[in-house]
Amino acid sequence: MDNYQKWIAFSTIVRREIHRFLRIWPQTLVPPIITIVLYFVIFGRLIGSRIGEMSELPYIQFVAPGLIMMSVITNSYSNVVSSFYGSKFQRNIEELLVSPTPNWIILLGYVVGGMSRGLGVGAMVTLLSLYFADFSLHSLPITIGIVLLTSLMFSLAGLINAIFASSFDDISIIPTFVLTPLIYLGGVFYSIDMLGDFWGSVSLINPILYMVNAFRYGMVGITDINIAWSFTMVILFSVLLFGLALRLLEKGSRLRS
Amino acid sequence: MKQTIEPALAISQLCKTYDDGFEALKGIDLNVAPGDFFALLGPNGAGKSTTIGIICSLVRKSSGSVKVFGMDIDEDFSSAKQFVGVVPQEFNFNQFEKPIDILVNQAGYYGIPAAIAYERAEKYLKQLALWDKRDTPSRTLSGGMKRRLMIARALIHEPKLLVLDEPTAGVDIELRRSMWEFLKEINEQGTTIILTTHYLEEAESLCRNIAIIDHGRIVKNTSIRKLLNQLNRETFVLEIRDDVDSCPEVEGYPLTLTEGHILEVSIEKSQSINGLFTALTEQGIHVLSMRNKTNRLEELFFDLVQKNLQEKSNG
Repeated sequence: MDNYQKWIAFSTIVRREIHRFLRIWPQTLVPPIITIVLYFVIFGRLIGSRIGEMSELPYIQFVAPGLIMMSVITNSYSNVVSSFYGSKFQRNIEELLVSPTPNWIILLGYVVGGMSRGLGVGAMVTLLSLYFADFSLHSLPITIGIVLLTSLMFSLAGLINAIFASSFDDISIIPTFVLTPLIYLGGVFYSIDMLGDFWGSVSLINPILYMVNAFRYGMVGITDINIAWSFTMVILFSVLLFGLALRLLEKGSRLRS
Repeated sequence: MKQTIEPALAISQLCKTYDDGFEALKGIDLNVAPGDFFALLGPNGAGKSTTIGIICSLVRKSSGSVKVFGMDIDEDFSSAKQFVGVVPQEFNFNQFEKPIDILVNQAGYYGIPAAIAYERAEKYLKQLALWDKRDTPSRTLSGGMKRRLMIARALIHEPKLLVLDEPTAGVDIELRRSMWEFLKEINEQGTTIILTTHYLEEAESLCRNIAIIDHGRIVKNTSIRKLLNQLNRETFVLEIRDDVDSCPEVEGYPLTLTEGHILEVSIEKSQSINGLFTALTEQGIHVLSMRNKTNRLEELFFDLVQKNLQEKSNG
């Protein structure tokens, strides 16, 4: 396959992935929007007004970047995990496996598909958040950089989950029992300064804390942790996950007999 | 200088042992000439689908080599895959997608630009009588339509070698015949075809060469014509006009009465059948029709598989 043919294969996978989540928009786009609006109404308006300030910001401004990041993380992950596992379940992944498309193109295609949904939902949630809170963007490069890397990282994680999954239960275990607790304990709703020394230190092993804080820094200019460290962590995890996902595809783990 | 023509498929010492220890292939060798219409036959679990899975890289081989038009499936995987189109036994397309999208996407995976992909999709969907269903969700198609959709998908990149794993399983007779005609046409246009089937009549009427695989070994690899020449004895079913109470006796022709008006006779290949008709006519028995009891290839296939089983049990 020459480079032009590889580009066609890649764009075919991406277009198919985008078409998939747009076709089933009541399942893929509407629920995250409703969920986030409820968060804004309840935590932002109703409870937030009584909480007052968090890290010297009105609570709704503090919580909005975390909620946007939460939608990016969950949608990037769930798009790839459900699409790839669905292809395994229906066996139409074989359409790709018998083709000359290199594994790294398959990987990139699915990941960019997942990022498209994650970033698309994130953009819609950002627009909605403008209705509830006022923002002045502190740093565009940091905001865009961290949201892209986060979306990439969770799309890769979703793909790895899908490769290992052998039932629909397996693709909901990680989001329910790992991802959701990490997001809730990742500084979306509170500053880790509130936790005290011990629990504050424990929180530092949660990778989502770094992403949420970097994104919050990009948007409103405050953070609990070092931004350079945040980027290092996310880049490192993304490289590791990319390597693992590619290795699994090359080996044909759970895909080829 | 003598020019060598690469075989469409060259399999050498191919072995496959699955993770559970099951030895599906025990060192098979197989050559398929370009332009051939080749049948790969064998009982269930013989290793046919494993062989096909390895050719199209859905199954990892344990050892041996597979070359498609001279391209090794490991070393030149991209070129080798461009040459192969595969129609699997099970439906393996996204049931929620439309046939036109399934075909155009498949073309994309082979690096074919969208404009050409749409042209080819139209061509094959029309040839396989699916054009009217192009925008219908594929889950709503009938079984025969789904099978034809998989054939169209396998042809979208215009492979030089088309591999079909039981393409007519569960397809009604009329549709099966039309699929045969289509496959013959594709073969006449130069595409090499390898077919696995349980319908031995299908192999006999379509294929020129045949390999019989059993317990992971090739037990016969020859032309259909040569194989049929090995048949020494055939059993015919005769339908007679009037019922008879007892089985007529004709010397040299072992007859059996299966129903009042149905006789069966086993005849050696060298033996003339005229004598039987004469003798029956003399006894006042009039034959209305005659047919083979089983497909000729079926008898040979059964003999070979039985022989292989006996050899195995004798050690």
